[in-house]
Amino acid sequence: MMRRFKIGALVGALGALLPSLARAAEGASDLVVVADTRVLKGFSLYMANLYNENVWMFAVWAVVLTALLGGILGVSMDLIMSRIGLDLGKSGGHVEH
Amino acid sequence: MEWMYMHMPIAGVDIFWPGLLLIGYSVGVIGGFFGMGGAWMVTPGLNILGFPMAFAIGTDIAHVAGKSMISTMRHSKFGNVDYKLGFIMVIGTMFGIELGARMVMALERIGQVGPVVRWTYVGFLSLIALMVFYDYGKAVRSKRKSDDPSHTGATGGVNWAPALHKIKIPPMMHFGVAGIYCSMWLPVLVSFFTGVMAGFLGIGGGLLRMPSLVYFVGVPTHVAVGTDLFEVMMSGLYGAFTYSLKGRIEVVAVFVMLCGAAIGAQIGTVATKYTKGYGIRLLFGCAVVACMVSIILKQFGFNAAAAVIILGAITVICIYIMNIMFKGAAQELREKRVNNIANAA
Repeated sequence: MMRRFKIGALVGALGALLPSLARAAEGASDLVVVADTRVLKGFSLYMANLYNENVWMFAVWAVVLTALLGGILGVSMDLIMSRIGLDLGKSGGHVEH
Repeated sequence: MEWMYMHMPIAGVDIFWPGLLLIGYSVGVIGGFFGMGGAWMVTPGLNILGFPMAFAIGTDIAHVAGKSMISTMRHSKFGNVDYKLGFIMVIGTMFGIELGARMVMALERIGQVGPVVRWTYVGFLSLIALMVFYDYGKAVRSKRKSDDPSHTGATGGVNWAPALHKIKIPPMMHFGVAGIYCSMWLPVLVSFFTGVMAGFLGIGGGLLRMPSLVYFVGVPTHVAVGTDLFEVMMSGLYGAFTYSLKGRIEVVAVFVMLCGAAIGAQIGTVATKYTKGYGIRLLFGCAVVACMVSIILKQFGFNAAAAVIILGAITVICIYIMNIMFKGAAQELREKRVNNIANAA
């Protein structure tokens, strides 16, 4: 009974917190920042122009390129390490968040 | 020295790019070595390097996404990811991150994002430091007790999962890999609150989500670890997307940090093979405290001192871990060569 009361109190407290969080979040993203492309070249210029012209496409590119680069770098570093003779795959117990 | 600065077009600031590389590399080394994120030092680090707070958070969360890709792939190979649970949790995570990001934007609008996020970080880092020092103390005590023959070695902990499983709000779901049957809303709620923290602080949220999965949802630890990594990846990707839409991300800075992190993560992970004992946890606790001190200094306007402390602390800890790695790896390679020669003979 006591345990149920504690859980109920916790859920109630969390529920009470939500409206204040939502109020804090209200009408937030009004400040629009424009990318300054005057001193940029190459890839930086491309991404900055994309951001200025089509922010949705910029967001998709940012996600795809980040995921791709993360994957490619991870796999290639694993390969390099196993070539050296220090294979990480065999120590399966290790975790990184 | 102009070439050492990189222009960030959306944030409108010039950033010392070797600092970015060092932060990425250090997070890789420290994350790889201690097996816990490291994103907690990126947001304050970027802010201290000169990024406005909202950009520091957006850039950090995108960097988390890139970094977690490979660890998730590794874990899915071991069958430690409950994808059904992971995809259900994505609902809560996305709403949580969106709320966290909107809170950041709202605070930015009233000019309070820096102080509020900094003090939240101080609280969050105090919690990590407490956990690390408590963990160390517990390990030392249990080692002493294990030497004592009268000690049985029994341990206990608070587990809320059985009580929470009794709350049967439909739809009820069975998660095969985790082996649990509970209301769908339980993991969604857990992921929502960790998502808010992740979106607000720019972290992966694994530090909170993993224990929550174990103690509140009742997921076995190895599945909790894998599923949490999957969630870190998804939250990072969604965080990168939403912060990009809000114009609070610097993609080139993310890529520079990722290059450093990829190398650092390998060094940190390899170093774990050559070290034993709990003493190293103290070093980690000291890094957390140093990060906390630098945030407080930044808050009170001592920017140079803040930068020196955070960059100095992560450099020292990286050099220490690299020393362990290079000595151990050299020893291992020497032994392998000797064995090969002996086998050939």
